[in-house]
Amino acid sequence: MQENNKVPEFNSETLDLIAQLIKRYPEGRQKSALLPVLHIAQAENQGWLSPGMMDYVALLLHIEPIEVYEVASFYSMYNLKPVGNCVIEVCQTGPCWLKGAENIVAHFESRLGIKSGETTADGKFTLKTVECLAACGTAPVIQVGTEYHENLTPEKIDQLLDQWNAENKISHTNPYL
Amino acid sequence: MATQILLKNIDVPGLTDIHVYKGLGGYSALEKALKNFTPDQVTEEVKKSGLRGRGGAGFPTGMKWGFIDKQSEKPRYLVCNYDESEPGTFKDRYIGELNPHQLIEGMIIGSYALGAKSAYIYIRGELFYVIKIIEKAIQEAYKNGLLGNNILGSDYSLDLYCHPGAGAYICGEETALLESLEGKRGNPRIKPPFPAIVGLYDCPTVVNNVETIAALPWIITNGSAAYSAIGIGNSKGTKLISACGHINKPGIYEIELGLPVEEFIYSDEYCGGIINGNKLKAVVAGGSSVPILPAELILKTAAGEPRLMSYESLAEGGFKTGTMMGSGGFIVMDHTTCIVKNLLTFARFYRHESCGQCSPCREGTSWMEKILMRIEGGQGTMKDIDLLVNIAKHVEGNTICPLGDAAAWPVASAILHFREEFEEHVKLQKCPF
Ligand SMILES: Cc1cc2nc3c(=O)[nH]c(=O)nc-3n(C[C@H](O)[C@H](O)[C@H](O)COP(=O)(O)O)c2cc1C
Ligand code: SF4
Ligand code: FES
Repeated sequence: MQENNKVPEFNSETLDLIAQLIKRYPEGRQKSALLPVLHIAQAENQGWLSPGMMDYVALLLHIEPIEVYEVASFYSMYNLKPVGNCVIEVCQTGPCWLKGAENIVAHFESRLGIKSGETTADGKFTLKTVECLAACGTAPVIQVGTEYHENLTPEKIDQLLDQWNAENKISHTNPYL
Repeated sequence: MATQILLKNIDVPGLTDIHVYKGLGGYSALEKALKNFTPDQVTEEVKKSGLRGRGGAGFPTGMKWGFIDKQSEKPRYLVCNYDESEPGTFKDRYIGELNPHQLIEGMIIGSYALGAKSAYIYIRGELFYVIKIIEKAIQEAYKNGLLGNNILGSDYSLDLYCHPGAGAYICGEETALLESLEGKRGNPRIKPPFPAIVGLYDCPTVVNNVETIAALPWIITNGSAAYSAIGIGNSKGTKLISACGHINKPGIYEIELGLPVEEFIYSDEYCGGIINGNKLKAVVAGGSSVPILPAELILKTAAGEPRLMSYESLAEGGFKTGTMMGSGGFIVMDHTTCIVKNLLTFARFYRHESCGQCSPCREGTSWMEKILMRIEGGQGTMKDIDLLVNIAKHVEGNTICPLGDAAAWPVASAILHFREEFEEHVKLQKCPF
C-alpha cells in the first residue's frame, strides 16, 4: 500500500504483451495503447497508479508524463491513490437503486466496518460506489476486478466476504492474462 | 414468437466456438458478400433494409456509410461502439459474451463495404471478461482465414482488434470514443467535421453500435427485402430491448418493431407484468437519457392510440407526451417508486459523467444534483422546482455534445409529469416514500 520510490520495471512477459498491444495501432500512434497499458500497469502496482508508475508508462509509450496523468485522472477505473487488496464496486445508478442497491452498500459497510470510499485497516478491502455497469437486469450488481456478481442479497454478500477473507482475495490482476 | 435475428441460436451451448457458429451457417453471409457483392452493393443492401443505428440516435446505417469519404487517399476505419454505459442498457453485453462471432462477421462485412483495412471494437473496460471472449474469437477467425490477408481467398484483407475503455460514459459519444481510442481524455469533438470525413487518426471513419453491426449477417443472408418486411413505418426489423426494474422477468428481448408497449410489459413472453401484482407508475423507455412517461402515457398516446415499440410511436406527442426509443434500455417503476429519488440517481450519474468541457453541462449537472438532493432530503422549496426546470432549459441545446440534453430531459420530463410529487416532498419536508 505504500508508494515505493524505486523505478518500476515490468518483466519480459508483460513487456512482450505491451509490445503486442502497441502493434494494434498504426505506426506512430502508439499512444493509442495508453488505456490498455494503464490497466496492466495498475494491476502490476497493487491496484493503483503511482506517479512513478505513470512516468514509467510514459517512457514505454514514448509520450510525455503529462499525457499519462491527464488520461489517468479522467477515467474512473484508474485509482490514483492506494487501494485495498480487494476493491468492491457497488453500482448505485437508478435501475440498481430500484432493486435495493442502498441496502447492498449498507450491508457491506456494516460487515466491513467502513464507509463507502474507505479501506479496511488491515488493507484487505476497499468499498466504492460506481455508476451503471450494464447489468441492470440482474440488479443489484457489484464488480470485483473483472468479475461481476449479480442478483445480490445480503446472504450472498456474506458468503462472498467469507470466501474472499479466507482466500485473501486480490482484485487487481492483469486483465489480459 | 418474433423473428430472431440477433438472438437466434443464443442458447446453443458452445456458440462462442467458431466451429459451432459455422455449423449453424455462420460466416456464410461474409462469403456471400465477398463473392456476390461489390462493397457499394453491400452498402446498397443495408440502405434498402431500412436498418437504423441501434446505439441511441436511430440514424439510417446505410446512409451513414454513404457519407464516408471514399475519395480520400487516407485509410478508412470501422469502429464498433461497445461502450454500453447508458443506465438501463445491457443488451450489447450479451452479444459479445454469447455470440462473439456474429459481431465479428458483421464487422468484417461492414469493413468490406467501407473499404476499411483495420477495424476496432471499443468496449467499456468494466467488461474485460467479454473482451477476453471476443479476443479469443478473433484469434479463431484469423486461424480460419476469416481475418488477415486475403479473406476466404478474396483480395480483401482486414485486421480487427478490441480496445478497452476505462470507465467513462461520455466515451459512448462517438467523437469522444475516437479521442479515447487515440489514447486521450474522452472529450467530444466539435462537429462538423463528422467522423465520416475526419474520424480516427483524422481518417474517414464510421462508428456503429454492436447491435447494428450484429444485424448485418442476417441482412446479407436473407436480403434487404426480408429485413424491411419486419417492423412498422420507418422502424424496420427487430430491436433488442433490455428490460429492468420492477418487472417479473427482467432481461433482454428481441422484439419486432411495432410491438404494443402494453403487450411488452404484461405478456409472459416478455416482461411478465409488474412485480407483486403492483401498479405500473412510470417507464423510462430508452435508457436514462430519454423522457420519463407516466403509466397512462406509455401505454397509450395522448390521442388514445395504443403506444407501440417503434421509433415513431414512442416519440409521438414530442416532449410533452412522448419519449424516445433511445438505446432500448427499458426501466419500469411500480407505484412504490419515488420519482424524485430515482431522478436524483440519474442526476448524480450525469454530474459524474460530464466531461466538463462546456460550462452549461459542467455547472448545470452539478447544480441540478444539489437541488434534487435538497428536495429529496426535505430541505427543498417550491422555488427549487422551478429553478430545476430553468436550469434544464439552459443546459439543453447549449452544449458541444448531446450529454447536456441527456442530463436535462430526465429532469424536465419528471417535473412535467410528476410535479405534485416534487411539491409533496417540499410540503412534507421529507420524502413521502
Ligand atoms: C453521451 C452519449 C453516450 C452514448 N453512448 C453510446 C453507447 O454506449 N453505445 C452506442 O452505441 N452509442 C452511444 N451513443 C451514440 C453514439 O454517439 C453514436 O451515435 C452511435 O454509436 C452510432 O452508432 P449507430 O448508428 O449504429 O447507432 C452515445 C451518445 C452520447 C451523446
Ligand atoms: S455537453 Fe457535457 S459531456 Fe458533452 S462535451 Fe459538453 S461538458 Fe462534455
Ligand atoms: S444500474 Fe446498476 S448495472 Fe445498470
